[in-house]
Amino acid sequence: MDTSENRRYWIDYQKEIADDHFFYVRSCIRQSFFPGSEQFFLKMMREILGKDVYENPSHTTCTGIGYHTDIVPFETIMTVIARHFALMKEAGYSNIAISCVTSFGIYTEIIETWKHFPETLEKTRENLYKATGREFDVPENMAHTSDIVYKFRNEIASKAKYRLINRHTGKPLKVVEHIGCHYSKMFPKYGVGGAEFPKVLSGMIEAWGGEVIDYPERRHCCGFGFRQYIVQANRGYSLSNSVKKFESMKPYRPDFIITNCPGCNMFMDRWQYAMREMEGKTYGENGLAIPVLTYEEVAGLVLGINPWELGLQYHMVQSEPLLDKLGIEYDPAEKYITKDGNPIPAPENLVNIS
Amino acid sequence: MGKVVVIGGGVSGLEAAGQLARMGYRVTVTEKEDKTGGNVKNWYHLFPDRRDSKEIIEYLNKLTDHPDIQILTGKEITEISSDNGKFNVKSSDGTILEADAVVVATGFELFDSRRKEEYGYGIYDNVITSADLERMFRSGEVRLVNGKVPERAGFIHCVGSRDEKVGNYYCSKLCCVTAVKQAIEIQEKIPSLKTFCFYMDMRMGGAYYEELYREAQEKYGITFIRGKVSEISVNINGRLVVKAEDTLAGRPLRMELDMVVLMVGTEMPEGNLKLAALSSLKCGENRFFKPADNHFGSNLSGRKGIFYAGCCVAPMNITESISHARAAVSEVVNYLKTK
Repeated sequence: MDTSENRRYWIDYQKEIADDHFFYVRSCIRQSFFPGSEQFFLKMMREILGKDVYENPSHTTCTGIGYHTDIVPFETIMTVIARHFALMKEAGYSNIAISCVTSFGIYTEIIETWKHFPETLEKTRENLYKATGREFDVPENMAHTSDIVYKFRNEIASKAKYRLINRHTGKPLKVVEHIGCHYSKMFPKYGVGGAEFPKVLSGMIEAWGGEVIDYPERRHCCGFGFRQYIVQANRGYSLSNSVKKFESMKPYRPDFIITNCPGCNMFMDRWQYAMREMEGKTYGENGLAIPVLTYEEVAGLVLGINPWELGLQYHMVQSEPLLDKLGIEYDPAEKYITKDGNPIPAPENLVNIS
Repeated sequence: MGKVVVIGGGVSGLEAAGQLARMGYRVTVTEKEDKTGGNVKNWYHLFPDRRDSKEIIEYLNKLTDHPDIQILTGKEITEISSDNGKFNVKSSDGTILEADAVVVATGFELFDSRRKEEYGYGIYDNVITSADLERMFRSGEVRLVNGKVPERAGFIHCVGSRDEKVGNYYCSKLCCVTAVKQAIEIQEKIPSLKTFCFYMDMRMGGAYYEELYREAQEKYGITFIRGKVSEISVNINGRLVVKAEDTLAGRPLRMELDMVVLMVGTEMPEGNLKLAALSSLKCGENRFFKPADNHFGSNLSGRKGIFYAGCCVAPMNITESISHARAAVSEVVNYLKTK
């Protein structure tokens, strides 16, 4: 692969990302399964990068999963999104920061619909006003939170305590980057680097010292896919897609996977457990599975944040082998205790724990 | 008699200029590139008879080697204006050429394959275009970037043609037969090569095209697969991995290849769209210049005294381009005689 200036698209698809003053909307999946990632995003933005991020507790699900399973009609979801915009307007913000890739896809689809069919925008204004008495503005700037971390990747690198270097070999860690399909495959212009050669995660990895792997099934779906997973009868299809990806990346011996989508992270993590249980197969080095991290978790690790504060213990595939490669110290005794010091039950059958 | 400016020094432009000069008109040909010859000068052999393109260039040079023909290279025309039946043809360097009639023969440009990002042109080694392959043919060697002889090659038809995603609905018409010709040619150079062509439809609509297609299959063993390639990537051995759908077998397909050739389509050059806008010339849905009438006025622009020749109105092969240019000359002569 040509790693020089020929990666023209990664220059072409540069989007404008606001510098400060964000209205933050959370992800249903992330705050349930990887709560440390969203928590650390807010902490990093506010305390490390000194940015203003506002979060309104009244914001709701975007209803994206309901929309993609044909339960929520388009007119309804447009009104739900319009309500989020109304909360943003009322708080005096105009830059929206979206934590979830499914939501991000929903927001982009709705904004594009409003651009091309202005009557749908007017109808949504009417629906929202009738339902809630609220009014809204379309955001001036819309970014996925991975876009924002990408924007500040060099600043994060300048504050980093660790680089993505294997301390045993001195070589860059080999990283699989995986963007969610709804991040840019529907509207490439809204993603940093577009859909085919996305830069948003690879840019972070390069800035933090790692090496991105380009493997044949790099663009392939993680296996989530609403129809593949939510329809129970299709779950074998979901798993087979994940297997295809892991088989394809295995020869490259990746040290970890970085994702920007809640569904991708969950499925690439959880299905490795399923593959081990069903087939006895793992895809990392030395019989281990491959840790699947969010971009906030990776940013947190390079910044020297305690891995348990980042919530790495909430994945099925455990990251201790990766932490050892990075030279990050951790206290196993702190792994399953609350912030107040109370013990919590340790999950069973975790992957990468001997 | 009168003076005619021909915009474009490709096949149609030079043919029109030569024929006009033969009839006693003074002609100025403008060419935006440093050399005349248009796209054909970048090709090695032509379909269907494998004529060396140098013969076409030699013919055109000989035809236009005439005292009444002035050829100005490196001159891009930006606007055609008129005043009392006289035309002012303006170029980007600020010069203005006066004319009694103008022939627009601005041709086409090849689709920029980098726009089909999923094929990785400019990113993956050994993903090349049909134009790149012609250059290899001319150099005498077809090799991979590492200098090795390819063992398996694939041709992807319709790159930038019949493709809603890139905004080109039309068929570029020349690429199917070019793929067949190039597949035969590469097979001749590397007899051990296994060659695959991925196509939507085989549009073998010209004289002897079908025969060439049959020969490719029967004599050279080239495999034709009906189905578009969805993406190209590279595996750990550096080999290209092609994903496609075989629509005849009704199943997805994945194969490893050493080299992939993208059969690039034709497009209206960006500069011509500006020329059209500034000169009140209409463009069709395919963005090429729109003739006044598809049947009886394919050389007429709709502005009296401005005529079209060749691929500036639609994709054409060399034979058609020459015929269209000669027809344009006939229209120019009629116009100047009755003016």
